[in-house]
Amino acid sequence: MPNIDELAGYTQASAERLGIEKFDIYGSSVDETSVQVDSGEPKQVKASNRSSVIVRVWNKDNTVGVTSTTDVDSNGIDLALKTAYEASFFGVKENVPDFSPEATAELKADTEATAPQAPVSQLIDTLIEAEKELLQAHPAIKGVPYNGLSQRDLSRFYLNSEGAMRNEARSYTSIYLYSKTEQEGKKPRSAGAFRINRSLEQIDLPGCIQEAAEKTISHLDYEKVKSGKYRVVFSPEAFLSLLGAFSNLFNAQNILDKQSLSTPESLGKQIASPLLSVCDDALHPENIAAETFDGEGTPTRRIPLIANGVLSNFIHSAGTAKRFNTQPTGHANIGAKVSVSSHFYHIFPGESAQQEYSLDSAENIIFIDDVQALHAGVKALQGSFSLPFDGWIVNNGKKTSIESATVAGDFLELLQSIIFVEKEPELTPAGVCPRIWVDNLSITGE
Amino acid sequence: MTLSMHPSTLLLTRELPNLQYSSTRDRFDETWEAPLSTLLGLGRAAGADFVEFFLERVNYINCLAEDDTITSISPRLSTGAGVRVFRGKADCYVSTNDLSFTGLKAALEKGLSILGLQLPAPNGYVPEINLELLRDYAIKKDKESWLAGCSSMREMGEILLDANAHLKQKATHVQSRRAVYFRDWQEVLVAASDGTFARDIRLTQSVGYNLLCADGTNRSSISKRVGSTSEADFLRSWNYQTDAEEVADSAGKMLYADYVESGNYPIIMANEFGGVIFHEACGHLLETTQIERKTTPFADKKGEKIAHESLTAWDEGLSQDAFGTIDMDDEGMPAQRTLLIENGILKNFISDRTGSMRTGHPRTGSGRRQNYTYAAASRMRNTYIAPGNYTNDDLFASIDKGIYCKKMGGGSVGPTGQFNFAVDEAYLIENGKITKPLKGATLIGDAKEIMNKISMCSQDLGLAAGFCGSVSGSVYVTVGQPHIKVDSITVGGR
Repeated sequence: MPNIDELAGYTQASAERLGIEKFDIYGSSVDETSVQVDSGEPKQVKASNRSSVIVRVWNKDNTVGVTSTTDVDSNGIDLALKTAYEASFFGVKENVPDFSPEATAELKADTEATAPQAPVSQLIDTLIEAEKELLQAHPAIKGVPYNGLSQRDLSRFYLNSEGAMRNEARSYTSIYLYSKTEQEGKKPRSAGAFRINRSLEQIDLPGCIQEAAEKTISHLDYEKVKSGKYRVVFSPEAFLSLLGAFSNLFNAQNILDKQSLSTPESLGKQIASPLLSVCDDALHPENIAAETFDGEGTPTRRIPLIANGVLSNFIHSAGTAKRFNTQPTGHANIGAKVSVSSHFYHIFPGESAQQEYSLDSAENIIFIDDVQALHAGVKALQGSFSLPFDGWIVNNGKKTSIESATVAGDFLELLQSIIFVEKEPELTPAGVCPRIWVDNLSITGE
Repeated sequence: MTLSMHPSTLLLTRELPNLQYSSTRDRFDETWEAPLSTLLGLGRAAGADFVEFFLERVNYINCLAEDDTITSISPRLSTGAGVRVFRGKADCYVSTNDLSFTGLKAALEKGLSILGLQLPAPNGYVPEINLELLRDYAIKKDKESWLAGCSSMREMGEILLDANAHLKQKATHVQSRRAVYFRDWQEVLVAASDGTFARDIRLTQSVGYNLLCADGTNRSSISKRVGSTSEADFLRSWNYQTDAEEVADSAGKMLYADYVESGNYPIIMANEFGGVIFHEACGHLLETTQIERKTTPFADKKGEKIAHESLTAWDEGLSQDAFGTIDMDDEGMPAQRTLLIENGILKNFISDRTGSMRTGHPRTGSGRRQNYTYAAASRMRNTYIAPGNYTNDDLFASIDKGIYCKKMGGGSVGPTGQFNFAVDEAYLIENGKITKPLKGATLIGDAKEIMNKISMCSQDLGLAAGFCGSVSGSVYVTVGQPHIKVDSITVGGR
């Protein structure tokens, strides 16, 4: 990919030649290597070096068109500008997107956090060793069918015809290990773990192996669970998955489109138990993949979403912020229709709980480790969910794996039914969150 | 007579920087033969057992109408290439946006180096790879004019607005109406060191509705999509009137539906998208990718009974205009019609090149990928349960209390064969009759067990367009079946 100054130069030249006065470009470039192994041998190694940009063009009538392209040389950008210009005549005439008023605001966070990539041979050796350790953890673990170790250098930029120009670069390395058991007379069981950090050297490999092994082993002896209403504890990952699936609650664009469980009047309302507080925080120190600006060039920041159960803010693009008469929050994704999405959740206790709970002493608790098939089982516009899950039934600290079951409910009711937010947070790819206790959820087993 | 080790015309490695190739920039044609042949030879000379190049160009556009406004028209232009290198059973895949000879050579070199191989020394010979005459499905099947024949931006906007206006007339308690369309035009070229040299153009289009209705706290959301390959006229011929009536009717019925009571029930699954049950519970487990990972219970069951004797199932790439239809797969192999299960007996697996090499099951023209950033893998195309001998009335009459799953949502299958899928529109069956609407149902089960519980197949085979996400990205597929009865399945609900 050309550097941002070169790109800005020939984009400007192309725009002038085409009579385009107002445009902006958001782009990214990825250099990525990933490996998979099978039974002590490398299975597949993938490497990729790719770039893409999206251009927005305003015509003389001030309507907007966009085009995205992976062809980022001067010919490719020229064609993209022409196509975007053609599309601009079919752009919206009301609430036309504009440059973010913060596209030139100072970025307060570090825009560069990179690390050298490890040699591919080291990635393969590391993953083979991890596979070996996992296979040795228990005789029933017969394979690690899903595994991967990848490292990625990602650079992003935004520039516009009014002089905004910013870029950032990040490196990160991630590993996942998903092992499977086979035992005579029993169904195969599986579980996994994931870790991410800046570089291979920094990644918590022993922790990942240990978690994958412990979880997998914990599912060896399983039981059916009786259908009924249960007190449920969500793991951080499970709760964040669910929250992410219903993120239209906070999404200003979804609200304007009537594709949300919230309305503009929902702000200030008690939508959850006062025990719960939620922020979206792209710049959280634990967020390895932090983005310092969004697709419109707006700096990202920490935004309280739920404070002690009260819906306190929405997340915005420049366009939604203007319509809500507020400031953009750094959550825009550039496009023909600018969309809005969260970055990295930080969930923590709100008001102090009157009663604290512990898995070591509670009885007949369903502990949900991971919810599955969210794309199918979540009705985000209805607020309902019905999802298969991996988990355990817990009695006084003793965990027994559940053979196969679903959890169902209404997400807004679930938020109100939170009875405890534990204090110890865990880091997951979607955010930082403690375990969340919820009363009275429907579990279908047998 | 003079003998020499190599003909004097063989290319030497040191000559590579001086080569002047002038491949057509905007079209994958015969001009790509020379550079790709050279690069493949270079890979083989370096010691690779097999090398494959996949070149791709995409011209994509989507259009969104919300209520009475076009809110998004979004074109995307993309070019890229992937090179796959095999050494023994290990393989490496490198992708790049740079389709110049230098760019492709750099990708090849990276792939070779990852596998511990190096380009030959400056005086090394580069063997010529004799590629077949370009097998050009785009020309054979007259596809060159497809892109120009598709709807213009103006026309797609007008059709979607008309469609949305029609939906407004048909539906009540409307909170939001969306009509969504996309056109995905893709040109691909495959060249491999076994001589494969093939080009295709694909045109995939889809259009549909998303309707959200609300009345107080009652909400229903219903979607319907139709899709096609190979029809430039597809959007113009969309019968949105029928789809609008269907979507409005479903949303109206589901608006006041009760939540399903969880438990084990006999169910009837409707035809068309009901076929997701076979796709998730069996189809994925017949991909050689799953055999390689040891994540299918059917790996050693070829020739054995794995399903109820009433069940026969196919996977093929040939049905006219169906969403998963391809003339060739992404490894250049012509599509086939593959019998998966016949009267309950497992007959064949779905195999790509790598799957064939690693498992021994023959290739079936099923090597597919979302785009150039993915290596091809064994993937389904048009997959369906064949019609049986029963009527729909027979199916309903066999159930005293059960659930009719009329419209399915998506689903998934895990590494242990546990599958799940959501039901968007369901009804209670009582004494063989459909009674009240139900919502919130999720079906879960174990693939090995469920295939023996599909006991009755009706005769009304119908296909539906779908999107399948797996190891090689999201690909267009068809699912299908006639109405079927499942004797017992766990239904998750409230």
